[in-house]
Amino acid sequence: MDIARRSIISLAILLTGWQGLVWITNVEPFILPGPWLVLVSLAGHLDLIGEHAAVTLLEILLGLFFGSVFGILSAVSLSWFPHVRRWLLPLLVVTQAIPVFALAPVLVLWLGYGLASKVMMASLIIFFPVTAAFLDGLRQTEPGWLDLAQTMTATTAGAAKSGRWAMLRHIRIPAALPALASGLRVAASVAPIGAVVGEWVGSSAGLGYLMLHANGRMQIDLLFAALFVLAVIAVTIYFTLDWLLRRLLPWQPDSLAHD
Amino acid sequence: MPAQTINNSSPPAIGVELRGGALAFNERAVFKDLDLDIPAGQTTCLLGASGVGKSSLLRLIAGISPEATALHLSASDGGPVSGRISYMDQRDLLLPWLNVLANVTLGARLRGETPDHQRAMALLARVGLEEEAQALPSALSGGMRQRAALARTLMEDRAVVLMDEPFSAVDALTRLRLQDLAAELLAGRTTLLVTHDPLEALRLGHRILVLCGDPAHMSEPLQPAGAVPRPADDPDLHGLAAGILRDLAA
Repeated sequence: MDIARRSIISLAILLTGWQGLVWITNVEPFILPGPWLVLVSLAGHLDLIGEHAAVTLLEILLGLFFGSVFGILSAVSLSWFPHVRRWLLPLLVVTQAIPVFALAPVLVLWLGYGLASKVMMASLIIFFPVTAAFLDGLRQTEPGWLDLAQTMTATTAGAAKSGRWAMLRHIRIPAALPALASGLRVAASVAPIGAVVGEWVGSSAGLGYLMLHANGRMQIDLLFAALFVLAVIAVTIYFTLDWLLRRLLPWQPDSLAHD
Repeated sequence: MPAQTINNSSPPAIGVELRGGALAFNERAVFKDLDLDIPAGQTTCLLGASGVGKSSLLRLIAGISPEATALHLSASDGGPVSGRISYMDQRDLLLPWLNVLANVTLGARLRGETPDHQRAMALLARVGLEEEAQALPSALSGGMRQRAALARTLMEDRAVVLMDEPFSAVDALTRLRLQDLAAELLAGRTTLLVTHDPLEALRLGHRILVLCGDPAHMSEPLQPAGAVPRPADDPDLHGLAAGILRDLAA
């Protein structure tokens, strides 16, 4: 059974259960609107939701880009400079004890209500998983490959200076790409959280802003419609990235694929 | 002629001299004051039971053993050994993200040189992998992967070839074929082949050394008659193998 059919079936079960709950409990629409009402609201506010969704999508994509780039750069520098690793790695772990969400008000204060504070929020939240996953990969290179490379780069004057860079470029980094891919998948799934939390704290646009606004005006159907679109964006980003990573790293087979 | 393309550029054969080799784990000496001579242009086979330190000795010569040390290690021409070694492991160590051709030319890329694809293809033809040049290692069988590793080892074209149980991970029939291929391609090259299989040593080695004891010491070299590769069904070899097994067990 392919993924599209499975998704449709799970979605249908979820929607039926949701509609059933609304019928059985006879709950007020401003507490829990049924899926049909949400759909009607979505269709009615398509322009409004689309406008805000574009803002959130941009925040997520920019956050993913900057967070990943800085995560990759920091993992490579941490692996390259042992001193930096000894000093910075414990610090980096400590910063993870601070909930990044707690920084959201400060980020809004420093970077304003616009795009920058949300992109920063999303970048910060994915920076660590990308760094940690990639650094782990860079550390766990198969020792046999490095031994082989060492005999290949050795010169009659001893180990070549360029050897370390060559090993990083040709062996350590490619070997760590599957680990980086795991980090990027985590990043893709948490980046929307960063953007939306940023919007909740202070913004004038975006799906998070729209949801807060709709909630305040008891337009719970609109809130759910915005939430639905957010979920679609998150899932689309995740599966697009997953598909892309699989195509780019074909040597790393999915050993669960045939279970 | 591919054979000429490969052999023309080969560096002159040199021997390797090692004196005072030592290896200890937790203050227990695995071997000490060990001497080893690898004559130029010949295949020397080093036999020994597991844990006797034969791989460590090979890695010491390859310059990739952090534990083992030597008082003196040089080539027979007085030059260093470093940079004149080509190394082949028991595992193929093919990089899974590179195709066979790129794996064979890995050394050149690591050194920042332009890979000689023509020579690599000639070598792949000699090991029977011309068709698989563009395939990823995951698409190859165990024997094919070891042949690709052999081509990569020869592509390095170093004066000394060090092989650490290179055919131990393949089935018996494939092993015999790989031994024949290796003997053909390594002819005239200084080779140290570490193995735990007496028959393999007897087929391929001009000289056979046995490392045994605690701490381990080197036996007197055995020099079986006949040209390598010696036939696997030679009854004399099996008699010798039985003797070596007795030595190993002693």
